[in-house]
Order: sequence, then C-alpha cells, then structure tokens
Amino acid sequence: MLLTGIAAAFFYMFAFIAVASSVMVVVARNPVHSVLYLILTFFNASALFVLTGAEFLGMILLAVYVGAVAVLFLFVVMMLEVNRVTFRKGIAEYAPIGVLVGVVIAAQLLIVVVGQSLAIEPSGTPALPTPDPAARPNTAALGDILYTDYVYFFQIAGLVLLVAMIGAIVLTLRDPRPHIKRQNIGEQVARDPEKAVELVDVESGKGL
Amino acid sequence: MTITIAHYLTVSALMFVIGIFGIFLNRKSVIVILMSVELILLAVNINFVAFSAHLQDLVGQVFALFVLTVAAAEAAIGLAILVVFFRNRGSIAVEDVNMMKG
Repeated sequence: MLLTGIAAAFFYMFAFIAVASSVMVVVARNPVHSVLYLILTFFNASALFVLTGAEFLGMILLAVYVGAVAVLFLFVVMMLEVNRVTFRKGIAEYAPIGVLVGVVIAAQLLIVVVGQSLAIEPSGTPALPTPDPAARPNTAALGDILYTDYVYFFQIAGLVLLVAMIGAIVLTLRDPRPHIKRQNIGEQVARDPEKAVELVDVESGKGL
Repeated sequence: MTITIAHYLTVSALMFVIGIFGIFLNRKSVIVILMSVELILLAVNINFVAFSAHLQDLVGQVFALFVLTVAAAEAAIGLAILVVFFRNRGSIAVEDVNMMKG
C-alpha cells in the first residue's frame, strides 16, 4: 500500500491527466501540440514520482525533460517547419496493425499486473533500504549511495552524456573552414592498394 | 481509497502501450516516433520508482536516474540525426527513409 486518503485522490488525478495527455501526444495533428502534451505528461509523471516519495527524481524529471528535452523537441519541430497536412496522410493504412499490437501488449501487461499483483511482496532484505524520510531526505539518501556504491555508473552516465554532446555537435556542425578534417566517403571508397600504400627506400643510417 | 503498486503498474503499462501505438500510428513523421520512445522510457521509469517505493529499496531510483540520462542522450542524438536528414532530403516523413533499399 503506497498511498491513502487525499494522496490517493491526487494519484487518480495525475494518472488520468498523464495517460490522457500521452494519448494526445500520439494523436495530435500538429507536432507542436504533440510536444506541448509531452510536457504535460512529464509534469504529471513527476507529480506521480513525488507522491511515492521519489522527490529528487521528480525534480530531475522536470529539469531534464521539461527544461531540456522537450524544449529541444520544440526547437527542432519549429526549425524543420514540417508541413502539417502531409503528416496525417495514410494513417488508416497502419492503424489496424498498430491497434492489434497495442491491444496484445496491453492484454499481456494487464494479465501480469492484475493477476500477479498480490504476489509482489518484498522478499528478504532490500539491497539498499530507503532510510526514514524524516531522518534522511530522499535527495540526501540518493546522494549517499550514488556517490559511493554507484560512483562508477555515475561516471559512465557522465561519459554517455559527453559522447552524446560531441556526437550531436559533430553531426550538425557546418563549418566550411578547410582545416577541419572531415570524412570524405567517396574518396574513402575509391581507395585502392596502389594509392593506399607508398613504398619508400630509406637509406641505412639516415632518417626520412 | 488506497493506491497499491498495481495502480502504478497499470498507469505505466497504459503509457507504454500508448508509446508503442504511437510508433505504429505515426508512420508519417520521425519526430513523433522519437516522442513515443520518450513516453516508453517514462513508463519504464514509473515502473522503477513504483517498485522502489514498494520494496523500500533505493536501487530502483538510482537505476531510474540512469535511464533518464540515457533517454536524454538518445533524444539529443536522435534529433541531431533528424536535423541532418532533413538537410539532406528536405523531409522527415518515414516513407522517405528508404535510401538503403536496393
């Protein structure tokens, strides 16, 4: 039992808005509207996180998703200036298979959730037990283990973000200056052994 | 009126399925497919947090944090690829992504 009383009522409100707005993300005609509904979904999901006591994750969700990812999406949607009329042509063609796949996956998930929900009980002691929120707040408790037990994973996460940043820059940078080395695919494919290998006679006792 | 983990798992399952449905439904624009992937990852995160609260175990929240990191990186790279693709082809419709087809 996670929530009772007024918190349970709030759970229903946030859950309903989250699911409804994620439906709107998928069916909205205009991609800008899709992004705005995605932001609404993230806000409500972050409220759901806070309700379970995961305050730090809720705030990070707002900062990362609403503050960065959603704005990035909005930026790209507006920059690409995609014609909205061409978007929805042919939707009926793929709707049946989409509905079929969706219904099958939903049925499987709900069978597991509803059928097995009574069986999900804590077994043994948790690996890293949550401390009493009054004594140690969620953010501090998360920091306690993130910088000790999970420090290598934390560093790897930073590396993933660095690689993503460099990758995004390399992909989108258009710098015409000649000293920047770029991959020339045509030249690379056209290489053959005659051009690729150069034999140099080096006299003994001398360098090149 | 009490909320158990089953309620959280149901919300998460619904959002996951909506994300999958979005991938199938929006064959016209890659950007909505990327948003659907974000929805799917959010559903997975809700699962992690719900189990973390249910089992009183912080590992779930730590893992959700890493999922969040990878999702942010994925969005950045995906949108960069999308921008490059739009520059080359002038369109981001899914059916135009067939240059590799022989």
